[in-house]
Amino acid sequence: MKHIISLLMENEAGALSRVAGLFSARAYNIESLTVAPTEDATLSRMTIVTSGSDDVIEQIIKQLNKLVDVVKVLDLNDGRYIERELMLVKVKATGALRDEMKRLCDIFRGRIIDVADSSYTIELTGTGSKLDAFLETLDKTAILETVRTGASGIGRGDRILKV
Amino acid sequence: MEDRTPPITGAEILIRCLHEENVKFVFGYPGGAVLNIYDEIFKQDKFKHVLVRHEQAAVHAADAFSRATGAVGVALVTSGPGATNAVTGIATAYMDSIPMVIISGQVPSPVIGMDAFQEVDMVGITRPCVKHNFLVKDIKELAATMKKAFYIAATGRPGPVVVDVPKDITAQLAHFDYPKSVELRSYSPVVKGHSGQIKKALKLMLEAKRPMMYTGGGIVLGDAAEALTKLARTLGFPVTNTLMGLGGYPATDKQFVGMLGMHGTYEANMSMQDCDVLVAVGARFDDRVIGNPGHFFSKDRTIIHIDVDPSSISKRVKVDVPIVGHVQSVLTEMNELLDGEFKPALQARQGAPLHAWWKQIDDWRGRKCLNYAKSDMVIKPQSVVEKLWEVTKGDAFITSDVGQHQMWAAQYYKFDKPRRWINSGGLGTMGVGLPYAMGAQLAHPDAQVACITGEASIQMCIQELSTCKQFHLPVKVVNLNNRYMGMVRQWQEFFYGNRYSESYMDALPDFVKLAEAYGHVGFKIEKPSDVEAVLKEAFSPALKERMVFMDFLTDQSENVFPMVPNGKGLSEMILAEDL
Repeated sequence: MKHIISLLMENEAGALSRVAGLFSARAYNIESLTVAPTEDATLSRMTIVTSGSDDVIEQIIKQLNKLVDVVKVLDLNDGRYIERELMLVKVKATGALRDEMKRLCDIFRGRIIDVADSSYTIELTGTGSKLDAFLETLDKTAILETVRTGASGIGRGDRILKV
Repeated sequence: MEDRTPPITGAEILIRCLHEENVKFVFGYPGGAVLNIYDEIFKQDKFKHVLVRHEQAAVHAADAFSRATGAVGVALVTSGPGATNAVTGIATAYMDSIPMVIISGQVPSPVIGMDAFQEVDMVGITRPCVKHNFLVKDIKELAATMKKAFYIAATGRPGPVVVDVPKDITAQLAHFDYPKSVELRSYSPVVKGHSGQIKKALKLMLEAKRPMMYTGGGIVLGDAAEALTKLARTLGFPVTNTLMGLGGYPATDKQFVGMLGMHGTYEANMSMQDCDVLVAVGARFDDRVIGNPGHFFSKDRTIIHIDVDPSSISKRVKVDVPIVGHVQSVLTEMNELLDGEFKPALQARQGAPLHAWWKQIDDWRGRKCLNYAKSDMVIKPQSVVEKLWEVTKGDAFITSDVGQHQMWAAQYYKFDKPRRWINSGGLGTMGVGLPYAMGAQLAHPDAQVACITGEASIQMCIQELSTCKQFHLPVKVVNLNNRYMGMVRQWQEFFYGNRYSESYMDALPDFVKLAEAYGHVGFKIEKPSDVEAVLKEAFSPALKERMVFMDFLTDQSENVFPMVPNGKGLSEMILAEDL
């Protein structure tokens, strides 16, 4: 099953490679991984999307906790959470496609953020599956380029990951 | 301005840190990036520097010093090749959870990443085989980093920590201020076990009909042998030790059923398979211990697992009652409860509730799985270990290399005390035996130290015979020389149709002459009738101060039994009598 794991770690050189190295050394799966500093400059927050059986996920959490640079780990799937990912898609926009792309973009509540003679660049935010759904809707030959950030997640309500 | 002592160099700070940590020995090898540090070593005499002949041996010797004493072992190597040579030693210590601090020199900060002479990314290379590592980027952080390194190495589940120090840092000046304590928000190892879980476990243990205690290296590392022995005796439970846990429970005690696992005793493996309540302490259910996991699960049993490392629990085997805590603390708490709250339950159980179980175990013992064919013609390797045990009165520090001789040492030398058995269990590193013996001998200068090895393993760190000479280390080498990489040959015999591919050690040196060339005493023993006399001579007062290399020419075809073949279950052992 897919899990979103959030963690806070010391904002130090090498911390990211400790986490990435752990996943490769123990043959855990990573679907996406995002990392950026937090409002506390000494901490970085990482969101890892991974998948595995309950036993594997339990091991992943334990192994992450064991890393000396990792301060806190939270499996967002243990409760209610919100997931968001940002995607930029450059699509063909010529002739009839120009209106069609605009319409599809509106349906998915995306925004066209760059317009050129023959292409649009669309910005779209949502869960990973929504972004997947948008790409599936598009004619494959119309997609010129895509870039996705990987998921970020946060707990709902009082679920807070903080030191 | 603050009134402080004048600033000192990074090299001196490093040395002062080692003094603050009461380090007695630093095992190392100099080189360009650590010259400033070596210059400061020259000026001090609070610790002794042990110059090895290869950096791998420096790490192994420091590792053994730790295993033999419990203190943090310290090694010092230069950048580049010095650092990479140390990696095997570091990985060995990591797999067996040995507390160590390894200081590696690094090229000067401004040229890091420039492919400088003798540059290697030590922090990157060692990341998967250390508990933690540091690259010191600022002289002001040097002392605090060293403090953290020692703290992290020794607490929780111990392990090696690398501190990589660029050369320019060792020349810069700073005030020396060694922190009294260290607090890390991201690292707080558990000590006390959850009392609810401990009580739940005790209740199950007291209700058990076929209980079994399976204990590992955690008992030795956690100094919990005494608490374990008390608990096992109070409850009357059978005890088995893993390879790493030998000495954690007295091997000559009647409740001890021997080592378990791939080359464990029949009674230990059968008890593991058939028990109804299994108490695992400081052990990790590794693949050499439980055999085929599917087969292990085919029997129902309740598992209680006590370990300081949460990630060791339910990693390979799902457990019913996990207890995360320092093993000594948890076992002591159990002992106290059995003398208090649980005393009535314990007394109610007295009589003979385990009688049937012990009868079953005694039946298994009746198979005498460690019996081997005696011979007057050729030296049986097992008999050498048995004689060594007799001659040293079971009280020596025994190190081993890796292979058949390691298993015979584990099976036939009965360890009654912890920290007496020093070997590479997790990584299985050939070549550790001699440097391990050096570390153990330095830790206990007056003790008998023997290295049980084979002619293949010993040659992987043979250069350390020179270190033994320089530092007057009277190690006794017991070389079980069967002219084969014995364990490789055994697998080739069993599973590869006797095709002994590259497992014959051709062109062996004359070990007696070799020992003599290094200034030691050498004996070659070819007849079974000479074994005892030579061992007695080697350990006699006349040779107490000398290193003795005993080259025993042993039976070439001898195999290690019992054996759980790869992929088979614990109760599917091959015994010597089956063949």
